[in-house]
Amino acid sequence: MRADPAEYRLVSPGNLQAVLSLLAGEPAQWLPIAGGTDVMVLYSAGKLSNRNLINIWNIPELRQIEVSPDRIRIGAACTYTALRSDDIVSREFPLLATAASWTGGIANQNRGTLGGNIANASPAADSLPALLVYDAELTLISVRGERRLPYRHFHSSYKKTALAADELIRDISLPRRFAGYFSHTRKVGARNAQAISKVCLAALGQITNGTIRDVRLALGSVAPVPFRLNETEHAVAGKKIEPSLLETARKSAISEIRPIDDIRSTARYRAAVAGNLVAEFLEKLAAAGIDA
Amino acid sequence: MNPSPGTVAKSEVLFTVNGETKKVLTYPMERLLDVLRNELELTGTKEGCGEGECGSCSVLLDGMLVNSCLVPVGQARGASIVTIEGLSAHAPMNLVREAFLECGSAQCGICTPGMILAAVHLLEKKPEPALADIREGLAGNLCRCTGYMQIFEAVARAARRRVSK
Repeated sequence: MRADPAEYRLVSPGNLQAVLSLLAGEPAQWLPIAGGTDVMVLYSAGKLSNRNLINIWNIPELRQIEVSPDRIRIGAACTYTALRSDDIVSREFPLLATAASWTGGIANQNRGTLGGNIANASPAADSLPALLVYDAELTLISVRGERRLPYRHFHSSYKKTALAADELIRDISLPRRFAGYFSHTRKVGARNAQAISKVCLAALGQITNGTIRDVRLALGSVAPVPFRLNETEHAVAGKKIEPSLLETARKSAISEIRPIDDIRSTARYRAAVAGNLVAEFLEKLAAAGIDA
Repeated sequence: MNPSPGTVAKSEVLFTVNGETKKVLTYPMERLLDVLRNELELTGTKEGCGEGECGSCSVLLDGMLVNSCLVPVGQARGASIVTIEGLSAHAPMNLVREAFLECGSAQCGICTPGMILAAVHLLEKKPEPALADIREGLAGNLCRCTGYMQIFEAVARAARRRVSK
């Protein structure tokens, strides 16, 4: 049944300190809403249990992209459109720019935000594998102060996060040291646009004379949380890319992930595709032959 | 603590719709879509899926294409909104409308206002779109009648005419 707007509060404090004070005053009572592309869907379906919403769409501090020589700091309420049109994101973090272009249609990219994607914590979110391979770090802020958390520690289990009840994601910071990497991303879904992924890969690699120097692999939709393939990365590091290594990587990826059957796909299909995507990436890395 | 029923008050929302200043007394979590249709009687904006998948409720919010079913009106305070009724003030609109008529791009008509909003938004950002750009620009708008080809052709035709003018 559709929600009754008379039963929901929406306040717009208009500045970050006022938002944080409200969150601290009544922890766990308030749900931040930015572009609403997830929250409003739940709301309209009558499934939004939290009836007190704080508008953070109009907080300037959360909409900035700050660049320093060694990092780029993306405000949590930056939209996918803002990410796609940012020069540094496009040039140095192409996996993120591409994921942004895959997230919904243009209208949803104009509203959906990177911080919202993180806080919503869907294992199928397309931008999250990219954040894993780029070693993203989150700044979490509350009236108690700021703390930095590597993004890989943010999701503890399905839809569970490290965000405290009074905290907000302030920004997502990426180190500017991946520009020399070969990057590859692939989404497998029912349709290119708008469809939620069955499997999504984000990968970075460097090789020297055909030997893998560094490889970073992350997959979406194959585990309860966005998933970095540490074991597979370890299994191929320092090796020559040849057919037997592709098989090793494929098997390792399949044994490492924890896919399930759901409305979009089956565990068996996801495992097969995940293995194929990893092998495909290594082939492309060998062909690209980027020596750093 | 959740608000008990009847405790959330309506408040005034002031914004610009199709160039005119409007003031509505409403709940801040009312969807922009419902305020446009029910309070302002701008029924050109359609409800399709109601969950941001189909694009039928597209409007321009401060120049950005958005799904009005996903915008609580409390976030539209002070904003400038353009609906299909006010789109003729936007340069590419007449060419897009003409091309839609010529190409048979509208059948049942539910998706048409959203398609046209998305097309005009695309042409304002990218005056000479390739077919891939048109497909991407309209990917958030679903049509269950035409099969899309007539719509893509209309947008391409409008773009060609606009550039050659």
